[in-house]
Amino acid sequence: MPFELHINGEARTVDVPPDMPLLWVLRDVLGLTGTKFGCGVALCGACTVHIDGKPVRSCLLPASAVGNRAVTTIEAIGATAIGAKVQKAWLDIEVIQCGYCQSGQIMSAAALLAATPNPDDSDIDAAMSGNICRCGTYVRIREAIKRAAKAPAGEHI
Amino acid sequence: MSAVAELAPSRRALLASGLAGSFVFAFHVPVAGAAIVNGAVVNDIEGVLPEPGPFAPNAFIRIDTMGKTTLVMPQVEMGQGVYTSIPMILAEELDADWNSIALEHAPPNEKLYANPVLTVQATGNSNSVRAFWMPLRKAAAQSRALLVAAAAKQWNVDPDTCTTDSGKVIHNASNRVLTYGELASSANGTPPANPPLKQPKDFRLIGKPLKRLDTPTKTNGRTIYGIDVMLPGMKFATHAACPHFGGKVAHVDDSAAKKIPGVQQIVVLDDLVAVIGDHMWAAKSGLDALRIEWDPGPNGHVDSALIRADIMKASEQNGLVAKKIGNAHKALAQGDTFEAHYEMPFLAHATMEPMNCTVHLTKDSCEIWTGTQIVARVQTTAAATAGLPLEKVIVHNHIIGGGFGRRLEPDMVVKAVRVAKHVDGPVKIVWTREEDIQHDLYRPLYYDRLTATLKDGRIDGWHHRITGSSVVARWLPPAFKAFHGIDFDEIDSAVDMPYAIPNFIVEMVRREPPAVPTGFWRGVGPNNNVFAIESFIDELARKAGKDPVEFRRSMLTKTPRLLAALDLAAEKSGWGTPLPPRQGRGVSVQVSFASFIATVAHVEVDEGGDVKLHRLTTAVDTGIAVNPDTIVAQLQGGMIFGATAALHGEITIKQGRVEQSNFNDYRMLRIDEAPAIDVHLIKSGEAPGGIGETGATTAPPAIRNAIYAATGIPLRRMPVDREVLAGRKQP
Amino acid sequence: MSFFRIVVAVLVVVIVAALGLFVWIISGPGPMDFAGGTRVALADYHGPDPTGVPASLAHADLVKRGEYLATVADCDICHTSKGGCQYAGGFAITIPFGTIYSSNITPDKDTGIGNYSDADFLNAVRRGIRRDGARLYPAMIYPTYSHMSDADALAIKAYLFSLAPVRATTRANTLVFPFNQRWALGLWSAFFNADTRFQPNTARSPAWNRGAYLSEALAHCGECHSPRTLAYSTDNRNKFAGAVAAGWKAYNITGDAGTGIGAWSDADLLAYLSQGHAMGHGTASGVMGEVVDVTFGHMAPEDIRAVMTYIRTVPAVTSTDLPATLAPPAPASPKQGVVANAFGKHIFEGACAACHGWTGQSPISAFATLTGARAVNDPSAINVAQIVITGTHRKTPAGVLSMPAFGTSFSDTDIAAVANYVTARFGAKGSELSVKDIADLRRQTEQP
Ligand code: FES
Ligand code: FES
Repeated sequence: MPFELHINGEARTVDVPPDMPLLWVLRDVLGLTGTKFGCGVALCGACTVHIDGKPVRSCLLPASAVGNRAVTTIEAIGATAIGAKVQKAWLDIEVIQCGYCQSGQIMSAAALLAATPNPDDSDIDAAMSGNICRCGTYVRIREAIKRAAKAPAGEHI
Repeated sequence: MSAVAELAPSRRALLASGLAGSFVFAFHVPVAGAAIVNGAVVNDIEGVLPEPGPFAPNAFIRIDTMGKTTLVMPQVEMGQGVYTSIPMILAEELDADWNSIALEHAPPNEKLYANPVLTVQATGNSNSVRAFWMPLRKAAAQSRALLVAAAAKQWNVDPDTCTTDSGKVIHNASNRVLTYGELASSANGTPPANPPLKQPKDFRLIGKPLKRLDTPTKTNGRTIYGIDVMLPGMKFATHAACPHFGGKVAHVDDSAAKKIPGVQQIVVLDDLVAVIGDHMWAAKSGLDALRIEWDPGPNGHVDSALIRADIMKASEQNGLVAKKIGNAHKALAQGDTFEAHYEMPFLAHATMEPMNCTVHLTKDSCEIWTGTQIVARVQTTAAATAGLPLEKVIVHNHIIGGGFGRRLEPDMVVKAVRVAKHVDGPVKIVWTREEDIQHDLYRPLYYDRLTATLKDGRIDGWHHRITGSSVVARWLPPAFKAFHGIDFDEIDSAVDMPYAIPNFIVEMVRREPPAVPTGFWRGVGPNNNVFAIESFIDELARKAGKDPVEFRRSMLTKTPRLLAALDLAAEKSGWGTPLPPRQGRGVSVQVSFASFIATVAHVEVDEGGDVKLHRLTTAVDTGIAVNPDTIVAQLQGGMIFGATAALHGEITIKQGRVEQSNFNDYRMLRIDEAPAIDVHLIKSGEAPGGIGETGATTAPPAIRNAIYAATGIPLRRMPVDREVLAGRKQP
Repeated sequence: MSFFRIVVAVLVVVIVAALGLFVWIISGPGPMDFAGGTRVALADYHGPDPTGVPASLAHADLVKRGEYLATVADCDICHTSKGGCQYAGGFAITIPFGTIYSSNITPDKDTGIGNYSDADFLNAVRRGIRRDGARLYPAMIYPTYSHMSDADALAIKAYLFSLAPVRATTRANTLVFPFNQRWALGLWSAFFNADTRFQPNTARSPAWNRGAYLSEALAHCGECHSPRTLAYSTDNRNKFAGAVAAGWKAYNITGDAGTGIGAWSDADLLAYLSQGHAMGHGTASGVMGEVVDVTFGHMAPEDIRAVMTYIRTVPAVTSTDLPATLAPPAPASPKQGVVANAFGKHIFEGACAACHGWTGQSPISAFATLTGARAVNDPSAINVAQIVITGTHRKTPAGVLSMPAFGTSFSDTDIAAVANYVTARFGAKGSELSVKDIADLRRQTEQP
């Protein structure tokens, strides 16, 4: 039975099984493929989206459980000041290699900075350890988060 | 070198050998696949071919009348930055306008786009820049010469009085200028055979840390990977292949699966079952709801213990001699010999983008969307599987979410086409992570026996016998035959190890493990050989009562570039300065993929046997660094990749199947385990070496040796066994 | 006094003490004695029949009725091995003295119970005597099943015999002497298996009697939730006060407000039993998770209510090893709340935090919420460690519920550290599991 999701500022009506995780609704039903599938069991972070600004693994979150909370995905995170800062820092530091994990990395980093504007290493560990990067970009992710934290607000790409 | 020694093909030898001969230039090739325009990925999902510009002097360059310069990428982007470094090489000699270039994936075409070293259209072996360095510079210089000639003709001046700069031909004397776009239609002469190439001092792009062209769309989710392909009317599928290698489907009860909303179809083949649905969730839930009984087939009894016993046994026999210097057997017979054996486990690639392939099969055509390191081989295999002529198969390649050698195999395409035969309309098959880990082609398990004698504190005799699967024998049979059964990869970095040793012999025993399929894995042969050699060297140093760095220095007389790297790494890492208890530094050096690298690891081992990586310090001489920042990034990432293998990586077998399934039991290094990493580039005018795999090769032995220094425990098997370090288990 | 007299005196004291203890144990109350009242034989009871199947199945055929009763009696869990055929046995029960393997109860003539007559079956199920006369270990809970009516036991037999025979030879137990001496079990049951049928209690309501029958004759709550005496009989003096069974902690389900379920609302209890989860009370995993999926999930609602009615009357016992008040949610920042045990935090932040959250309240699923769960408020941390080791995979009405198993890739050091961190951060009192504890826990749930 159809229900509404609020994704990137738009109301989208979907008719999917209630236990269908948000990840597949985004990718396969709504065509928002920026959010990635990596493990399906909340162990890699590739599927991270924001629900009311908090980072959530969409691979296990039933779409029907989202209710009218706001979903933000990588496609729209650049529209937020913090998201834009993170994306810019990611490019300035040239963090990205294959890029497949980076949607999730950027979403986790943006949520971290929203909650903790000046994270230290242990904050970064706590917020980012759930995001696996097989290409091993960790050193630069750490650097880029610190760079974004220092960047003046509202700076855009 | 003796006659036998000629049998010892290092990759550099191979480059010079007959195998490297099949590189051909051609004209006016059709273009297909995705293009990166000003950094934005534009995927032509429908396979519409961008209009080839009027100026198309070879397989790599075309310029339209607006001056838009399109570069066709013979190597694929999988994170290594090749979609920036290869354009830099082309644009450098072409003097193109860096801001007006567009990139396209090369279409499948072995003749036009074969890697000069691998001789097939493949991206791997840290070979992209190394192999294409000269050919692309020459191709670009030829194109530039044609444009200059066309301008000179128009102005009717001597071409030598013209210069070029970012997309323009300039005649200073008369200060006239024509853009490449204006010349595109008229520059159609025959290119000079050997145009002059730029002197390194004149490089404008090469050597500068340029921004990558592929990364902007990777920050906003706009990059389309194979797994992101969306087609009108597309169905979604996932499958389970028999978990027992060589097994079959015995019985399937699909009653429950059929009831799952969104499940459209269940395809049962002899060795796999696929569920096709409205979306991945339907397919996945359908698969979970199936009750499948598997027939384990001939390998039901195979387990890790059996495989280990088998390879140990095989390693006792003499192997083929890959290289011989002096008289090793005589030297080893005198003086006291020291012997040690080293073991490497099977490893999965676990690329972040799980295996996937989208197929649209009709009775007379087959269209494929995937991200692959071997686009031409994908085309031929798909054609064979579909039973169609080659020209009926279109392959759209994509940006790759991690290759590491996994996508040098077409198995995901074969399975997808087999399933697609039973599905009408386009279908995207995405593997679950469990399937991805349990149906990989694994980094071979290796068993290395090393024996050496010391004479006045230096190594006098050396015997190294490598036993393991030969991937090359399966993947590139001509190369295997050409060297009479010696696998140039399996012995790489062993036959050409850097130390000056008077009496030296390297043997190779090919032993295919029962049941388990093997494939190339980031770092390939050197992964195993550098680990075994550098671990052994550390144990010999201790035996000789020498400092590990000093011991190595004394034997690096024949490799000054490596010696310089070692000295720099030692200096930058503070080698020799005191450390707290339970901490240690370990060093490792290598000449692999034509790069000279020394790494020092600083680790700490706690009572529980857990290893904390404090810092990795690396010095590298990789010749001319086309894009220095990419090289640093590749080493940083590669060392994390290697550290992951050293600390966590092991695939084990039980009942002929892989025991691991996802990141819970096949662990990846996480950011809170990642050490600080310092990479120091050594300036060099030599031709570029390979870099993509070197980090994966250099980190594990350095870490292992650091643990040795911290605990005195000489680990001989990877991964690190924390039970051993905790003293709860014998090494 | 001569040395000899002293020795004799000491001996006498020891023997008397031992005898006393023994008498104390065998004179322990029966499972339903706490209820007082008068009990009458089933035949003489005038209330509605507490045995048999619920009204909805009253007219179902024998096999269907047997299936329901087998489900409530939970034969499946112990008689089906991981990945093996249902009821074909081979499930390993590891006790300190070795391993006992459950038997094949499919109707296969050679390896199962295909040759059992009704009398053979009743003998085995209620008296622990195999068809060949050998004594069964009380791992087969015949003291409980002995309360079952003939009709119900034979209905179960009819159901089992309706299944396809599976050829599966039961693995030999690996018990050490003297525990491998089956004859000794004769003595044991002489003392500890009353072998009497269920007797309704006239002083109690029909619902209570139905609940008592379901709980005591079939569902066997006490087998896990009651502690055991030195003689391995269930200790009904501390009925339902909690114990460790099959490597997992079965918690106090008496009416004690702090450490039992006294403070649970009926709605919570119903939700927990029927779905394996109740808001703020955590999620059933391990053995109880299976019990919910295999048994309660398929029971008639009125039967679950009857069980609740009965359990509610069991005298409250306070578990001194459990904190009486459960911890509230932890702070959102890992920097606040528990900060000790950096290594435990390191494991948690990589493998656990994404799903369980730093507060303990899962951003993904209420089933994954740790706050309020007894397991994280148990300083023994047994269930926390076990679920990390073995994971869980349950098909619940709310969809598949699963947690990956970390046992193979995480060392005992890792698991001890993360369990201690979790109980400290989300529970009322942190645990102090050692590496050796983890090794022991692994052994208890191992399925070789
Ligand atoms: S796909 Fe969701 S965490 Fe890996
Ligand atoms: S950039 Fe490739 S997985 Fe992270």
